[in-house]
Amino acid sequence: MSLRQRREDARPEHHARPGRFEADAVLGVVAREWILYGQSWRATTFAAVVEPTLYLLCFGFGMGALIGTLAGYSYIDFLGTGIVAVSVMFQSMMPAVINTFIKRRFLHTYEGILAAPVDVRELVTGEALWLALRSGVYGCVPLLVAIGFGLRPGPGMLLVPLIAFLAGFAFALFGIWISAVITSVRSMDYVFSGLFTPLFLVAGTFFPITELPTWVQTAAMANPLYHAVELIRGSVFGGLGAGQALLHVAILAGFAYLMWNLAAFQMRRRVVG
Amino acid sequence: MRGFSDMALELRGKPLAIRSWAVYFGPMTRQGPGSLVPAIQLRGVVKRFGPLTAVDGLELEVPQGVVLGLLGPNGAGKSTTMKMLTAQSIADEGAIRILGHDIPTESKWARARMGVVPQHDNLDEELTVEQNLRMFSFLYRVPRRRRREAIERTMRLAQLEDRGETPVDDLSGGMRRRLLIVRALLHRPELVLMDEPTVGLDPQVRQDLWGVISALRDEGVTVLMSTHYIEEAERLSDEVALMAKGRVVERGTPVDLVTKYAGTTVEEYTPQGEGGLAELERLVHEHGFTTRRTGTSLSVLRAEELPESLRDRLGRPQRRASNLEDVFVTLTGENVE
Repeated sequence: MSLRQRREDARPEHHARPGRFEADAVLGVVAREWILYGQSWRATTFAAVVEPTLYLLCFGFGMGALIGTLAGYSYIDFLGTGIVAVSVMFQSMMPAVINTFIKRRFLHTYEGILAAPVDVRELVTGEALWLALRSGVYGCVPLLVAIGFGLRPGPGMLLVPLIAFLAGFAFALFGIWISAVITSVRSMDYVFSGLFTPLFLVAGTFFPITELPTWVQTAAMANPLYHAVELIRGSVFGGLGAGQALLHVAILAGFAYLMWNLAAFQMRRRVVG
Repeated sequence: MRGFSDMALELRGKPLAIRSWAVYFGPMTRQGPGSLVPAIQLRGVVKRFGPLTAVDGLELEVPQGVVLGLLGPNGAGKSTTMKMLTAQSIADEGAIRILGHDIPTESKWARARMGVVPQHDNLDEELTVEQNLRMFSFLYRVPRRRRREAIERTMRLAQLEDRGETPVDDLSGGMRRRLLIVRALLHRPELVLMDEPTVGLDPQVRQDLWGVISALRDEGVTVLMSTHYIEEAERLSDEVALMAKGRVVERGTPVDLVTKYAGTTVEEYTPQGEGGLAELERLVHEHGFTTRRTGTSLSVLRAEELPESLRDRLGRPQRRASNLEDVFVTLTGENVE
């Protein structure tokens, strides 16, 4: 073995002082998820494709035959765009709540990660970023299914992955925050029934919220999923003004920022004693 | 603050021998034994959980290049101490420094320079040995061009080089634990913290793991290893710190501690009849010797100094060499395995 080689072998792998918030640490967490995804992509893809297809088949054809058009769109088009947002929420928030809780409480995964030069905020960001990336891709699946069911493709659809990414990031952080708040698996019942259900029902997914009582409409404005639905529908069908679009984006981004801080704060309380 | 070698490097304007040789010799030369900066310093560290004080004014200093065994029974505060060193638990009082970095404010930098072997097996079971190591090579920022080498080196160290493609779920308990240890070595840390690395393993597997830990010692890596196995601490550690009730009660090399507190020989007497044990104990204590009860017998420490007149009255003993357990029980009144 040459002197150079031996010198290389003996050199520690770290050189520079780590920063407060490092992209490398975040990417390390994302890379970990990517490797894990290599084992689970079939099941994930199956769920991402089958679920919206069933929704569109049952609701689209079943309800669509009764309703015909809604808010100026065929019901299946209306539903197809709504399902994209719901799919993003489920693809990001559900694993964020369940997987993050399991990794923290039962698998001790975060103990291992936080023993490496990774901080809680970087960990939370990495987890959310991965789920957002996944949502950005899988969120488009219902759109493709809807195209298969007759939705007319348009250039605005190219924005859907970006919207799905932003919404997915926000919902993933929301889910991570919840997972750090709850103390047992049983508490998840409250989350799924008391939070998930109203979120996706009162968001203009299956029907326009204008049909709901005024106070519910007001409440729906605070529902980030509603803003995601409006953005996706506006991109696919057009007709959304720049001001409105920016407002929806700003609300989603603001929600993501709030959840980023809450998730990091609450997770730190859980994993740092 | 810049170190001397960095300044010399700058004066000459090109990468130079000082730095190069430091790198060649690795951690030992850069900050070896006798270096001004200890690997670990704890000063008056206190950690409370509600009414329970888990760590109570802990003072501990570990020089670089030393393997220190932190020995104590369950509940002595070993794991809490380990967590504080990685900033996964924050001390209520006192100061902690690792490799010169203040904890918790500079913990990330300290963690970049150390490896941690957790008590809980948190390997990803569905992934292969190689994938588990690859994941942590990202987290430890092993440069891309050196990742393959780092993974192969650690697999060799764990004697798992032919198991790279085996899912962790299919590994034996000993293999898993070896993998858990070498996972912390991917980035060639200067300091390795091991929290009960062999807990729950059968004796044969435990001895296999000792080989891995010994190899680290041979490389000059500083190791702080908590354990409640006497034999493990005795065989692997340059020094042992005995911990009880959140404090270090004594510290030294195993040989020195045994010599100081238990002499060279222990004699065990098994009296007949009720009250015999108490009577023997009284008799021995009258002569100023230290004893410990082991089941139905009484162990007399420093037995090589027993006067023959007393020995005649005690009966027929079983002799054995003094060990660290005798020291530990004498100092703390508590038993360990």
